[in-house]
Amino acid sequence: MAQMAAVVDEQHGKQTEETALITGSEAIAVACKLADVDVVTAYPIRPYDTVMQYVCKLVANGELDCEYIVAEGEHSQFEIVKHASACGARVFCGSSGVGWMYAMEALTVTPALRIPMVAMVGNRALDDPGAFGVEHNDALAVRDLGWQLVWVDSAQEALDTALIAYRVAEDRRIFLPCAISCDGAFLTHSQALVKIPSQEKVNQFLPRYDRKELLLHPDNPITVAPQGNEDWVMEIRRQNYAAMERSYSVLKEAYADFERIFGRSYGNPFFEEYMTADADVVLMGMGTLSTPVKVAIRKMRDAGKKVGFVRIRWFRPFAAEELAKCLSRFKAVGVIDRDYSFGSPYNSGVVTNEVRTALYSSPGAKPPVLGFIAGLGGREVTVPDVEKVTESVYQAAAGKQQPLTQWIGLRE
Amino acid sequence: MGRLFAIEIIYRGIYQKTLAKNISRSIVLAAHKEGKPGISFGRYGDSPERNGIPAKNFAIVATDDITLEEGMAKYEPKEVDITISVDDTLCKGVESWAWYGLQPVNRLLKPGGTLIVTSRETPETVIGMCHRKDQPYNLAILKGIPSFSGLWVYKDDHTDVRILGMISKILPELFSLKSVQATIMDEWKDQVKTASAAKAHETTSLVSVQPNQGNPETPYKFDLPKWHEMGEGIAIPSIPQGKAVEDPTTRAEGGYRPDRNPTFKKYTTRTMRPVVNFDTCIKCTLCWLQCPDSCFDVTPEGLYDANMQACCGCGVCEAVCPVKECVTMVNETEFKDNASQWEAWRNDKKGYEAWLQDKIKSRGERSHGFRYVGQYEEQVPEMLEIARKG
Repeated sequence: MAQMAAVVDEQHGKQTEETALITGSEAIAVACKLADVDVVTAYPIRPYDTVMQYVCKLVANGELDCEYIVAEGEHSQFEIVKHASACGARVFCGSSGVGWMYAMEALTVTPALRIPMVAMVGNRALDDPGAFGVEHNDALAVRDLGWQLVWVDSAQEALDTALIAYRVAEDRRIFLPCAISCDGAFLTHSQALVKIPSQEKVNQFLPRYDRKELLLHPDNPITVAPQGNEDWVMEIRRQNYAAMERSYSVLKEAYADFERIFGRSYGNPFFEEYMTADADVVLMGMGTLSTPVKVAIRKMRDAGKKVGFVRIRWFRPFAAEELAKCLSRFKAVGVIDRDYSFGSPYNSGVVTNEVRTALYSSPGAKPPVLGFIAGLGGREVTVPDVEKVTESVYQAAAGKQQPLTQWIGLRE
Repeated sequence: MGRLFAIEIIYRGIYQKTLAKNISRSIVLAAHKEGKPGISFGRYGDSPERNGIPAKNFAIVATDDITLEEGMAKYEPKEVDITISVDDTLCKGVESWAWYGLQPVNRLLKPGGTLIVTSRETPETVIGMCHRKDQPYNLAILKGIPSFSGLWVYKDDHTDVRILGMISKILPELFSLKSVQATIMDEWKDQVKTASAAKAHETTSLVSVQPNQGNPETPYKFDLPKWHEMGEGIAIPSIPQGKAVEDPTTRAEGGYRPDRNPTFKKYTTRTMRPVVNFDTCIKCTLCWLQCPDSCFDVTPEGLYDANMQACCGCGVCEAVCPVKECVTMVNETEFKDNASQWEAWRNDKKGYEAWLQDKIKSRGERSHGFRYVGQYEEQVPEMLEIARKG
């Protein structure tokens, strides 16, 4: 880890943080160290492998004391941490693309067993073709199963969100796993200046993981994951439903405490609003496409177009009411999906359809929502792409019919 | 609305799986000979079946498609015209994988409905095993050795067609003997089977069972918790550790009785039970070690008492016991309760010895199917005798 000179925290006027030039993956590895994780499992697949290498380096350098287990495949990788977590260990693992999919059986059972696993998904296109670039379909594959899902757009946010993820996942009211999505290459492989919080503050923010009555231990004999017939399954699902429902407010608590302790605010935890105060239309998306979108917006604003941006951070839980209320202020919405959902309503991407669903049952105004599929397989989303998207959204705002799904940046 | 017929077949998992399926399917096919539509199915919650654990099949038939749909709208019928229990020991009650608590064998019978039981016992014995019911019903006994086989083999002793012949007598509105015989010829092309069906039809006799007859005990129940009353994480607390056993004569405490699952007792799986001779026991521990259900309580003096709340009647204890007739498996129909044999022995050793010898002598031979090569052949003379007498 390349260390930079310690800086003075301006807000608190005391020396609390140091700054490092690190990648998003490395930022998450640093969070693992600060969270003092007990068990880490690894199996290499690009771009997730960067985080396993950084954690490995921390262990080798004596900075982190944990069990570091290299599994023989992702299925075992996720099973091992699932069991370790059941035994009371704070765990970390992660994967990418088809590696994540290979772990799918373990991923499905983890929320039902109320395991607060924290995982990093280095978002990667699903094979075939064997591609390394970012697409969000890997992490989105578990969207209905009880995983808390968050997308970050900077290394700093990756580090901070990992700490928040441990705090919320391991909260006894929740006990649900959390996957932090980092766009492959854009976030996992590029270094940025990141403030590293002090261990003391992290300790203040993040309590120890206490599995309480669910602890798998000889002193607390329990049977976990028995067979259950139709007399039990609905009640068990309803418990998960309740936990995910609670996650919404527990997340809010965690962000408020994060701001209080670290002096860094993320505003609304669920989505970030950029230049929306006076906006006529807004664009939406998740992850690192925020950068070209923000640049394009500034450029378009210079030309007199009042465009804003709403970046979804937490996809699960999905802050539907809050988001619908926010979107009701605008004349039209354009959602840029870095994913696909073939054969879905209007053949739109996953995020577009979620946004439309949120608006449909909302009591407020319902602006038209256009879906855009862009940046698949790691293709760059360019400033002209964003301008093209905005043009169509303006047309919709003016009442002119637009295709409900458009592919952007495609050779055609 | 036309008429809806519902028949349930209660059977021993695996051992009688093919038998129950044959009966259930043939009921629908025979009724279809008379233009009635129907469905046949096994209760899904009983699957995956395990050896001997009670399970159910259902045949639902109607006079027309719309009425049949009324029957199909409920997954499991709430009342039946006929309950068929293809093993008489099931009359003690049914605890299956599909539900919690002990269900009386006659629970779903309509007032005036008929319980058909395959048995060598008298109606009095069978009625005594069944729980009491508020409304009168009929009992029809099909004389025979309960037909047990395995998952991959079928013992074609005509139990299936004999029951069909009885149904045609008991519920002629459902189908006639002629339709049964036509179905048998379609399915098995066997004249001997049609003759067996006819013989059972002719010899069917009903005994009326009144509300004051039968086992007066209240079957144990278990109420399912609400979702917010359940523990989270699909984690079940373990059964607490056990306690010492109290000697009924000296009140001295010693030995060990493990605590057992209070919500799933599983003893209705049992068709035979071990009878233990405590006077010849050499305390070798083999029965206690080998019992797959940990059913043996250790007594203060180090003997092993098979706890009848936990015993599934597998017979492993008898097989591993090195002492002749120290552990003997006896037909479950011989017993009226689940009382401790050791306590009876402690209270009256002479009386127990007489009781024990009586049980062993009249052990009411039975089995779970192939326990040893040639076993079925041994049963053939008795089966032929029953076939001749009807």
